[in-house]
Amino acid sequence: MPLYHNEDQAMLADTARGFIAEEGNIAKQLRHWRDRNCKDGFGHGLWKQMAEMGFTGMLVEEADGGLGMGHVEAGIVLEEIGRNLTPSPFLTSSVLAATALKHSSADMKGRYLPGLIAGDSVFAVAIDETAKHRPSRITTRAEKSGNGFKLNGAKSFVIHGGSADMIVVAARTSGGDEDADGITLFAVPKDVAGASHDHVRLVDSSMATHMRLDNVELDGDAVIGEIDGGRAVLDAMLLAGRVGAAAEGVGVARGAMDMTVDYLKQRKQFGKLIGEFQALQHRASHLYSEVEIARAATIKAQQLLDAGAPSADLMASVAKAKVAKTARLAVQEGVQMHGGIGMTDEYDIGLYMKRDRALAEFLGDAYFHANRVATLSGY
Amino acid sequence: MADLETFRSETRAWLEANCPAEMREPVRDESDIYWGGRRATFKNDAQKAWLEACVAKGYTVPAWPKAYGGAGLSPAEAKVLREEMGRIGARPPLSSFGIWMLGPALLHFGTEGQKQRFLNEIARGEIRWCQGYSEPGSGSDLVSLQTFGEDKGDHWVVNGQKVWTSYADHADWIFCLVRTDKADKYSGITFMLFDMASEGVATKPILLISGNSPFCETFFDNVEVPKSYGEDCPAYVGQINRGWDVAKYLLGHEREMISGADGGDRTAGIGAAMKRHSAKLGDDLDPVLRAELAMFDVDALAYTAMGEKFLDEIKVGKAHPAQPNMMKYAGTELNKRRHELMMAVGGSRSLEWDSEETEGGKPSRSWLRTKANSIEGGTSEVMLNVIAKRILDLPGA
Ligand SMILES: Cc1cc2nc3c(=O)[nH]c(=O)nc-3n(C[C@H](O)[C@H](O)[C@H](O)COP(=O)(O)OP(=O)(O)OC[C@H]3O[C@@H](n4cnc5c(N)ncnc54)[C@H](O)[C@@H]3O)c2cc1C
Ligand SMILES: Cc1cc2nc3c(=O)[nH]c(=O)nc-3n(C[C@H](O)[C@H](O)[C@H](O)COP(=O)(O)OP(=O)(O)OC[C@H]3O[C@@H](n4cnc5c(N)ncnc54)[C@H](O)[C@@H]3O)c2cc1C
Repeated sequence: MPLYHNEDQAMLADTARGFIAEEGNIAKQLRHWRDRNCKDGFGHGLWKQMAEMGFTGMLVEEADGGLGMGHVEAGIVLEEIGRNLTPSPFLTSSVLAATALKHSSADMKGRYLPGLIAGDSVFAVAIDETAKHRPSRITTRAEKSGNGFKLNGAKSFVIHGGSADMIVVAARTSGGDEDADGITLFAVPKDVAGASHDHVRLVDSSMATHMRLDNVELDGDAVIGEIDGGRAVLDAMLLAGRVGAAAEGVGVARGAMDMTVDYLKQRKQFGKLIGEFQALQHRASHLYSEVEIARAATIKAQQLLDAGAPSADLMASVAKAKVAKTARLAVQEGVQMHGGIGMTDEYDIGLYMKRDRALAEFLGDAYFHANRVATLSGY
Repeated sequence: MADLETFRSETRAWLEANCPAEMREPVRDESDIYWGGRRATFKNDAQKAWLEACVAKGYTVPAWPKAYGGAGLSPAEAKVLREEMGRIGARPPLSSFGIWMLGPALLHFGTEGQKQRFLNEIARGEIRWCQGYSEPGSGSDLVSLQTFGEDKGDHWVVNGQKVWTSYADHADWIFCLVRTDKADKYSGITFMLFDMASEGVATKPILLISGNSPFCETFFDNVEVPKSYGEDCPAYVGQINRGWDVAKYLLGHEREMISGADGGDRTAGIGAAMKRHSAKLGDDLDPVLRAELAMFDVDALAYTAMGEKFLDEIKVGKAHPAQPNMMKYAGTELNKRRHELMMAVGGSRSLEWDSEETEGGKPSRSWLRTKANSIEGGTSEVMLNVIAKRILDLPGA
């Protein structure tokens, strides 16, 4: 498969670009909700509009009422979300939770998918337990209790945890904290007794929670996939989420780069446009080159994932790490080349810097994924 | 798609039958590369057999038309052939500046007579070319070149000096940029082809920091270059005084080639191999070195994807015309980093200059050679200038 968008995908990209630039732009969404101290950190109206565009259920099978599209398509939407810093539950709901629900019973699909597809429900995932992403270690416990389970533990960095109608929680049903086996995924509904959230606003104005589970009682039908066999579903979910986060990061990098290159063509100092200074030209050219490469790696990962290739896992970590490094470069150069105004809240470039920080941390940063590349490669 | 799969299985069978085992071993040094030409000799029978099989099949230049010695493969078929050769580690049967540089320029600008003659000679490995672009006073600023061809009616008399002419002392012919109009900087250069055995051509090898001497100073002292080599076969490509267009077109191909975009060993991750190498030396990778290798592999594997994307896009005309400059910049900087890391893993062993264990100082000599990657064919700084101007459209670039 050639590593560029086919005709349908190019059309989708045009549509997504136009729609998100119009409805999801920084003034209408990020600044709007931030300046109102919105408790969700995003607008439900836009989520509903994204449903009308067919975005919310793009990864859901056609048989289940979705569009049955792949990660290339989801990546197209995510890249535009990244470019516009659009706050939305797309990544956690339409990519992560949707991937988990692929492995759920018909009954559970019926419970959650219609709300996802219609843009009426929001979903979150609760995986991390410490300040860094370390899915190999799961200490939250789920014990058998009656014909269901009782969950105890704590989760952190639960993005949209406060507004989610359902949270996919990874818990341990057997084995030690570091064991690969013995994991089970649960669909934990909003407001279930024993679940509580500490709400935190993050640097990029997104909302997350520290989630506590104190004797949370769930029926057996809250299980996603196999009991004790949740690692496979968790891995599938992480893979999809990482590739998706990489695509969003490409958008962040491109948005920051485009804004900066534009600025170089407007700002005059020393009687010249600052874009005439070779010191800045070379840095901009280097950035362009890195962004192109990061984007290629991301599309490659999307295609491998859609093809079900085993190498998708390695490429996903390559893409996530490469994008994290590249978007970091883009926002740093962006703020620097804007000079003093790059430090002001009035200019958008600083918002890119904040978003990159949060997005890169989500599902593993550049260090985590570079280490993973080494491990998967056998060293 | 079904056709492509048929082609793949046929190709696999053909390679199985025709590519000798020795030609599936990694290239160890210069002598393992067959450059062709009037004075070329084969290192062994396998090298000869492999070349002859490929020439007969058109596989020295698979994507060129059959009429000019190629196999007329579509880009998709050529990719399959590359993949299948890569799968068994088959060496290229023939390497040459004719294939990488002059050939594409002739395919684009050449007359039918030039194509019939020169492309077939290149495809069969009968002629070895060198590139006469750079001069002592004209490196990055190539268009300022001074070598002059005086018009004498049916021929030119060429005087001047070229430098960094790779393999000039082994080459049969040169494709050479010669000023034919002193009044017009850009529209005063002619892209000439002539025999290095012509009276008045002299070469003097230059020793490099790697201890090798692959290129020369090249002197032209009243060299007579006829304007034509027969019917429909002029001695210049394109038009007289419009050689700069040809030169630039050719540089695009050269940069693509140097970038390593078409994959192979150069773009793959190295960490796993470095761990094995380190173990062989009785060492263990330092954790910080391992971390750098991991970061390198991220960049290298991402660049491999970029190479694939770039070639896919070129095929359908989607790539930005200045994109080869980006590929050249990123690919060569990456290759330099690769060799820095390989030297670090090798430790004191990799410092050995002529020991048997290092096959004559291969690690250090290769490491030094890579430093030229970001100079030859246009320096990294020049690539960044071109990206700034042509892709980012920055002012005054
Ligand atoms: C937190 C903060 C506090 C400050 N406090 C004060 C204060 O108390 N008093 C005061 O007077 N000022 C203050 N400043 C202003 C500060 O001195 C300026 O921001 C600084 O001099 C840069 O000028 P500029 O913002 O106009 O950027 P510009 O000059 O427009 O620069 C934009 C970009 O172009 C680059 N650039 C400009 N010229 C060249 C060139 N010739 N070659 C290569 N690159 C070039 C710059 O490096 C930068 O990356 C403050 C700024 C900040 C951010
Ligand atoms: C291994 C090798 C093989 C070669 N083979 C051939 C060959 O076969 N035929 C041939 O004709 N030539 C060949 N060359 C020559 C090569 O093309 C030149 O070396 C190259 O174009 C750079 O020119 P220069 O060496 O004169 O460096 P210069 O142009 O003098 O550059 C010196 C430094 O200044 C920088 N610089 C120059 N201009 C700018 C600018 N505008 N902005 C910013 N920085 C700038 C350069 O990037 C470089 O870092 C070869 C070179 C090498 C190393």
